[in-house]
Parts: sequence; C-alpha cells; structure tokens
Amino acid sequence: MRHIISILLENEPGALSRVVGLFAQRGYNIETLTVAPTEDETLSRLTMTTHGDERKIEQITKHLNKLIEVVKLVDLSEGAHIERELMLIKVKAVGAQRAEIKRTADIFRGQIVDVTASVYTIQLTGTSDKLEGFIEAIGPGCVLETVRTGVSGISRGEKILSL
Amino acid sequence: MELLSGGEMLVRALHEAGVEYIYGYPGGSLLHVYDAVYKQSAVKHVLVRHEQAAAHMADGYARATGKPGVVMVTSGPGATNTITGIATAFTDSIPMVVIAGQVMSHLVGDDAFQETDMLGVSRPIVKHSFSVRRPEDIPELVAKAFYIASTGRPGPVVIDIPKDMTMPNERYEYSYPKKIKLRSYTPPQRGHSGQIKKAVELLLKAKRPVIYAGGGVIIDGSSDKLRALVDRLDFPCTNTLMGLGCYPGTGARFLGMLGMHGTYEANTAMHNADVILAVGARFDDRVTNATSKFCPDAKIIHIDIDPSSISKTIIADVPIVGPVGNVLDEMMALLDEANEVPDADAIASWWKQINEWRERHAGRYDKNESQLMKPQEVIEAIWAKTNGDAYVTSDVGQHQMFAAQYYKFDKPNRWINSGGLGTMGFGFPAAMGIKMNFPDDMVVCVTGEGSIQMNIQELSTCLQYGIPVKILCLNNGSLGMVRQWQDMNYEGRHSHSYMESLPDFVKLVEAYGHVGIKVEGRDELPQALEDTFGKYNDRLVFLDVAVDPEEHVYPMQVPLGTMRDMWLSKTERT
Repeated sequence: MRHIISILLENEPGALSRVVGLFAQRGYNIETLTVAPTEDETLSRLTMTTHGDERKIEQITKHLNKLIEVVKLVDLSEGAHIERELMLIKVKAVGAQRAEIKRTADIFRGQIVDVTASVYTIQLTGTSDKLEGFIEAIGPGCVLETVRTGVSGISRGEKILSL
Repeated sequence: MELLSGGEMLVRALHEAGVEYIYGYPGGSLLHVYDAVYKQSAVKHVLVRHEQAAAHMADGYARATGKPGVVMVTSGPGATNTITGIATAFTDSIPMVVIAGQVMSHLVGDDAFQETDMLGVSRPIVKHSFSVRRPEDIPELVAKAFYIASTGRPGPVVIDIPKDMTMPNERYEYSYPKKIKLRSYTPPQRGHSGQIKKAVELLLKAKRPVIYAGGGVIIDGSSDKLRALVDRLDFPCTNTLMGLGCYPGTGARFLGMLGMHGTYEANTAMHNADVILAVGARFDDRVTNATSKFCPDAKIIHIDIDPSSISKTIIADVPIVGPVGNVLDEMMALLDEANEVPDADAIASWWKQINEWRERHAGRYDKNESQLMKPQEVIEAIWAKTNGDAYVTSDVGQHQMFAAQYYKFDKPNRWINSGGLGTMGFGFPAAMGIKMNFPDDMVVCVTGEGSIQMNIQELSTCLQYGIPVKILCLNNGSLGMVRQWQDMNYEGRHSHSYMESLPDFVKLVEAYGHVGIKVEGRDELPQALEDTFGKYNDRLVFLDVAVDPEEHVYPMQVPLGTMRDMWLSKTERT
C-alpha cells in the first residue's frame, strides 16, 4: 500500500542525506520526495511517498524516528488527509489538437502557462492520480516533457503536525 | 570567563565529559589539537599504530566499563581507517565518540590533500554525527556527542572538525553545558505499564518458558536484575553471543548460548517453548535460523530500548519498548503483587525434559590421542587457569565460538567480542583498551593465526605503554570457520582458507620486545600457562598454541531449518 509520510526535520546541513541514506541503506523505496523550510526557520517539512506492507512501513517509520534530526513524523495515509502534487507538462499542440488540449486542460482545471506555435506548457495541480489521468486523457503521444514536484500532504480537520 | 582556542576547548570538554584516555593518531588537520593535548595532563593519549586499532581499543574500553570510548584521528586516511572500528561498535551498540580532523573549511569540497567526506562515509554506521562550524560550539557539540552516544541504544558518534576551528590564536569563551536537551531525541525512560502487566500474566501462565537474554542486558547494567528474575521464576535462561555473562555461565538455570553454535538444550528448549521472554536481544539471523520456522508454539515477549528492533525479524506478541532494567524492576514488582505463581508441576516437568536434552551433547568433543590439542581443551585450560574470572576478548571465527562455548562467564562485561559485525582484528586492540583500564585484572585475547595478523602491529603500542595482555593464539594454520564451511558445503575444497608462510610468532613478538611461547603438544600447555600468569605476569605474552586443523565447531544449526535442527558432530544430526 502507498503511504505518505510527513516529517518535521531539523533544518540542518546533512539532515536530508540521513533520511535519503536510510532508505537506500535498508532497501526501502522512495517514490516521491519534497522538502522545504517551514514558517519556523529551524525546521524543514519533508513529505515522502513509499510503498510497503504494514510491517515494512512500521520499520520505516521506526527507523526514521530514530534519526536524531527527525523531530516529528506522521503517516498521513493513516487518517483523512489532503494531498497535492503540481505538474508542469509540455505538450505538442498543432492544428486541431490545440483546441482539444485546451479543452482537456480546462476539464482538469489546468492552466496553460506558456504558449508557442506548436507547444503548450500546462500547469496542473491535484492528486498523483489526477495528474496521471490528465496524461492519459491527452494521450501520452503528444507529451514532450513533464516535471512533477512530488506529493505534499496535510491532515484534514484540526489535527496538525507541529512542535 | 576563560578564553580558550578551539583545540584547547576540545580537550577540556573531553575532560569534562569524563574522558581518561584518548586512543588516536595525529596528522596535519589535528596538529593544533595535539598541541593542546601536549599542554595538559588530565586526559591521556595513547598512540596506536593503525587507526582501526584505536577504534577497537576505545570499543574494548567501552564494553568493559560501560563508558564511551574516545578515538581521535586526522582527516582523510586517518578517519577512513576507523570505519571498520566504528561499524563494529555500531552493530553491537557500543558508546563511542570519534573526533575526526578535517581540512580547512574553505578547502572542503575541493578534493584537498587528505580530505574525505567523513560524515558521508560514516553516515550509515553512526548513531549521529556533527560537523563543527563555529569554534565556540565545540564544548556543546562534545557534550551532545557523549549524551547521544551513551543514552538510549548506545552507539558511535562522529565529530568532524575542520582545522580552522582549532586555531591556537583564536580564542573564545569556554563553557561546558551542564545539561543537554535535544528536542528531537528522547530515549525511552520506562516501559509501558500495561504491556509489562500483560507480559507478567503470560509468564505466570507459561508451562514451557525460556528467558532469552542478550547484550542489551549488559549494556543497561541490569545483569543482577535479570538474574533475580530468572531465579525467582525458576525459568531456564539462555544467552546470545553478546549476552554471555549476563546470567552466570556456571549457573544451574543456564542453558548455554543459543543460535547457530548454541547448545543442543538451548536451541531445543527455544523450539519447544510456549513463552519466550526476550530481554535486550534482537532475534539476529545467527540466533533464529529460518524465521518462518522459528519457535512455532511460542508467545513472544520482547523487551528492547530500540523500537526498531522489535518485530523486525520475529513478530512480538507483547512488545515492550524501554530500558531493560526499568522494565525488569516493574516485572518484579508485579510478581510481588500477584496472587499467582507459575505452575510448579509444569515447570518441574519442563526442567526434567531440559535436563534430558542437556545429556544429549553436553559440550562433548573427541580428544586426540596424539599430543595435538583440540581448541576446546585449550579454552577449558585457560578458563581453569584464570578461575573463569578474566576479561576475554576474541577475534572472529572458530576460536571465537570455542571461547564462547567453553569459557564460562559468570560476570557481565567480561566477554568482549565483535558479535554483530564479526570483525577480525578486533580482539587484540580491544584487550589493550581493557587492560589499560583494569591493570590488575587478567585480560586474555583468544585469537587465531589469521585474525591476529589483522592488527598485529599493535604489539608496538603495547611495548610503548606497557600493556601486558595475554594473547592466546589457537594456531591451526587455517581460516578455521571458512574451512569448516568448505568442508561441509564445498566438498572440502579449501579455497584460500589456509595460511602459507606464517611468521614465526615467537620471534615476531620477541622482536617487538615481548614474550613468545610456542606450545606444540598437550604436555607443554600447563607450564606455558604457568609462566604466562606467573613469571611473565607483567609482560605481554603471546602463546602460539598448535591445535587440530580438522576440528569443527558443534553444535551447528542446519541452514534454513528450525532452531533445533543441528549437526552435533561431523556425523550426528538432530
């Protein structure tokens, strides 16, 4: 099962390398990883998605918690949560395709953020599934380039991850 | 407030952290620090001949005393040479602080002379590491390093210090923190009461219990509490390789070591147990054999301070995260309050069964009819000669297993070996670290002609500092354990498991200024031991004892089997 693990990490040099190193060292897989400073400059917020059965995820979270720089950790997929990922996608857009792609982008609430005579660059936000759905809808054949931020997530309701 | 340079602050902070000895080797990036070492006498420095040995010395010291061992090495090769030693300590959860020099900050990343990314290289094998970025942070980082290394599940901590952090002419206010608090590091102080209660209920209902205790009991200094619990319940107790000595080796309730080379009774009792209480042990693959076939009828209670050790390989029915000693205290208190006692009839018939199992193998081995000794009898002789009271270190291989099986440790912290990583070359420097701190105790390094050559250069250090350890080399001219596996699994093809052109060890140790004694036959051993602990008591003695190269370590678990599937000799299988 896919899990979204969210971490408050000491904002110190080398901290991220310990998290990433742990995954490599113990044979765990990181599917997506995003990290950025928080409103508290001493902390970074890191979100990663990974796959595994319950036992594996338990080991992953235990080992992450052992890292001295990991201040707090939550497995967002254990409760109700919101997840978002942003994708910039460059697609071939010529002739009749141009209108069709524009329509599809609208349906997916994407925005065309750059245009040339033959190329659209579209910005799309949503769950990973939605981004993949969009690629399928326009047809992978016209995709020239994609870049995705990886998943960010937050719990629903009043639950917060903070010190 | 006093003004000190970075180098001076480092040495002063080490002193305040309680450090007596630093084991190390100087070099360019650490020269300012070594100058600070020179100008004081509170902290003594021991100059090794290879940095790996410095780490093992610090490790041996830590295992015997329970206090963090300290290593100091220069950047680049000095630092990388400690890696095996750091990994050894990490795998066995040994507290250690490694001070590694680094090139000037402005050169970091430029592939400067003797530059290595020590933090990167050591990252997977440390509990934590720091890089010094401001000289005034040094006292606090040292205090943090000792705190992290020695609390919770202990482990090595590396401090990387660029040379410009230690400049003699740049002085800063020095103050050593009285208390360390890290918001992201709070080692467990006690176990969960509800879980402990469940565990006690399970223990009281057990009909075929086994207490399986490991190195965590020794690290926590809780051997007395474990002994009290075992004796109170009248349950059988087995120890892991790392746990030997936490329950007395000669104790009536002791089943011996368990696992790959464990006793028949320990492994068979585990397999048939209905309740297993694992205390400070981690269900290592050298203990469990095939995890899918592990102890099919047993409910498992697992006490460990490290949550990631619990349910890692074997799922615990009652997991208890906490310090061993505290949890055992609470268990005892609950037993005092309980109206129940264990089922005496069931326990008696369990003991009857175990005593029958004890008869089956009983540590038997065939003695040679010739003078050529079996390694087991040499260990028995050294055990008798030292009254079972020596600090015994070992390297890795057959001699290690023979020492673990035939030297009965009645006290904790006496059996010092690289159980997890299996580091050849560990035993001798570890023995040195111990002897320097326990000069009045007997310290014996049991080794082989293969392992000893991995750090034999330390004979020179021993002469410089007068460290009269005793080296017992079981010389079979072979890498015995490799050979044993080749005998058993590769039709006796001894691919690179024999040693040609061995040095004359007696001459070699004499060249280093010590005493060497060659023992070629059984009749020569008593006198050699007499001299070792008699007229040469204050000298380093190297006993080069010829032993039978054909001997195998038994029992030996059959790979991929259950706990109780074992070879008991070359021809007998369970």
